[in-house]
Amino acid sequence: MEFKLFLFWVVSLILVGAAVGVITTRNPVQAALFLVLAFFNSAIIWMLMEAEFLSITLVLVYVGAVMVLFLFVVMMLDINLSPLREGFTRYLPLGGLVAALIVGEIVLLISNKWFSAENFPVPAARPADYSNTEELGVAMYTDYLLQFEIAAVILLVAIIAAIALTMRRRPDTKYQRPAEQVQVRKEDRLRIVSMDSGNQESQ
Amino acid sequence: MLCAICAILLCDLYSKDGRRLTYILSQVALVGTLFFTWGVTPDGSATAFGGSFVMDTMSSVLKSWILIVSIGVLLYSRDYVLEREITTGEYYTLALSGVLGMMIMVSSSTMLTLYLGLELLSLSLYAMAALNRKDVRCAEAAMKYFVLGALASGLLLYGISMIYGATGSLVFSEIAAAMAADSSSSAAVFGLAFVVAGIAFKFGAAPFHMWVPDVYDGAPTSVTLYISAAPKMAAFALAIRFLVDGLGTAHDSWQGMLVILALLSIVLGNLIAIAQVSIKRMLAYSTISHVGFILLGVLSGQAEGYSASMFYAITYALTSMAAFGVILVMDRNGVDIHLLTDLRGLFRRNPVYAFVMLIVMVSMAGVPPTVGFYAKFVVLDAVVSVGLIWLAVVAVVFSVVGAFYYLRVIKYMFFDDPIEAQPVLAPIDVSAGLAVNGAALLMLGLFPGWIMAACIAAFS
Repeated sequence: MEFKLFLFWVVSLILVGAAVGVITTRNPVQAALFLVLAFFNSAIIWMLMEAEFLSITLVLVYVGAVMVLFLFVVMMLDINLSPLREGFTRYLPLGGLVAALIVGEIVLLISNKWFSAENFPVPAARPADYSNTEELGVAMYTDYLLQFEIAAVILLVAIIAAIALTMRRRPDTKYQRPAEQVQVRKEDRLRIVSMDSGNQESQ
Repeated sequence: MLCAICAILLCDLYSKDGRRLTYILSQVALVGTLFFTWGVTPDGSATAFGGSFVMDTMSSVLKSWILIVSIGVLLYSRDYVLEREITTGEYYTLALSGVLGMMIMVSSSTMLTLYLGLELLSLSLYAMAALNRKDVRCAEAAMKYFVLGALASGLLLYGISMIYGATGSLVFSEIAAAMAADSSSSAAVFGLAFVVAGIAFKFGAAPFHMWVPDVYDGAPTSVTLYISAAPKMAAFALAIRFLVDGLGTAHDSWQGMLVILALLSIVLGNLIAIAQVSIKRMLAYSTISHVGFILLGVLSGQAEGYSASMFYAITYALTSMAAFGVILVMDRNGVDIHLLTDLRGLFRRNPVYAFVMLIVMVSMAGVPPTVGFYAKFVVLDAVVSVGLIWLAVVAVVFSVVGAFYYLRVIKYMFFDDPIEAQPVLAPIDVSAGLAVNGAALLMLGLFPGWIMAACIAAFS
């Protein structure tokens, strides 16, 4: 137990540090890499909470697929972020004040009473043959079937929207039409002009 | 019912080539769903999908009206969409999925389903607002809508997570039970504040109204028509499900918040609308003030108030549909009308539309023979009955202020000379739809009984 607690603190510290790094670093590639670090550490925390399936999914899907895509985009687009940061120091005092106020109010309101350790005791450890994945599957496809399906419809709408917004006919681009290329005939491209060779001499 | 819509959505996807066909299919889908909704209405209330989907009187009444309004919306916007070469198939698909989202919202009984339905609706709306890519203002409006909408969804989610943390449940009835057992939970009230902010954004109520004028003005008119009509009823359902079904015992906490929202909406909406020269912006600010009235009914915290504001939401959707329908008809010749002065002399160009617009404006101002009067009356009655007389007085004063800009539109239409003499023409079905719509506003004002009875039945 002690070791787990120690591990939790170390991993959480790295997680918070990485999260701060994401928003403070100037280089977008570094920011993306910090985000990878943050995801990885939260995966470890989930692993400590015995949520193996979720933590592996987090690493596979987010670190493995999403972040790699994200890095590609960042590197290819070469966005210059400096104009976005211009107002940062100017708005920092006001923004900081508002943020501090809100945090203060939240802390005052929710004090420790509601989310303290007594209200939410540590769940007992599951036996070794307990299957996380199976439980998730049961919950998702029986209790929350409707929600699951609505989420699927939302993704469908997102696909339709993305395609509708980006697909356009651009007549000015020079692309090949293979079907027409194959069907082309000699007469379409080549014009045989019969020249009278005797004419030149007579001039 | 859900499956039916999904299947038709898919059919719709594959039949993109025939634009007419898509339109007809969408309408058939809506009508079919409407009959299905009537067909499967249970006597009391029934739940499905492990208690996450509920069918009661309120949901079936609201669903029917959402479907009827959507049918009208698609009818009015058909020619506009064809003419502007907006990607038609996608337009109808997105519109239908938005309707699906609204229906899910209306009959959801857990916070999760409600949120998912809301996202489905919002995502469709963002995409529809952006569909006209050639217009820069349209892209700007869609971007603003998307960013602010995402922020509001975040607020709502944060509130939901707080409530879940405080009560330990996603189901509204269980939340209500937990709140009744321990109503002093400050964490739940804290979550409630975020939820109210999210709802206010989705409604477009005053401190969270910044997106409304820009989106109404920038989006294609047909999309504005869509946004202004049915989603208001869905937002009403959102408020009722959250505040009444879930957090009804915390009524004291949210009544104050809603008083501020309603007051600001009515005051700001009516005052700023006076200064507008663009008709769509003017209608946007008038929407904000009407939303204030809908919230007035909700904040009374009584069954009469809820049914009154439900009546208000339904009739407002009908009114706004007719208003934007007339604007759409006038948009025909490839140029959108922007300014109020473009309505000048509509009476000489087409008396029928001028009369429809007249009824709409009179109804929005709340003058007796029309439905707007009765709707305002029942809402104010509910507010007075809980002792908030000063609030009712303010609302009445500012709706009188608002009458100024509605009457100005009428003056432009009937007493000014038209700039162009060309008559405004529209296909016969659109004209018939508009005429029926206008007549309905008048008839409902004279005989509001049957809708009102349905609204009262929904909360008894």
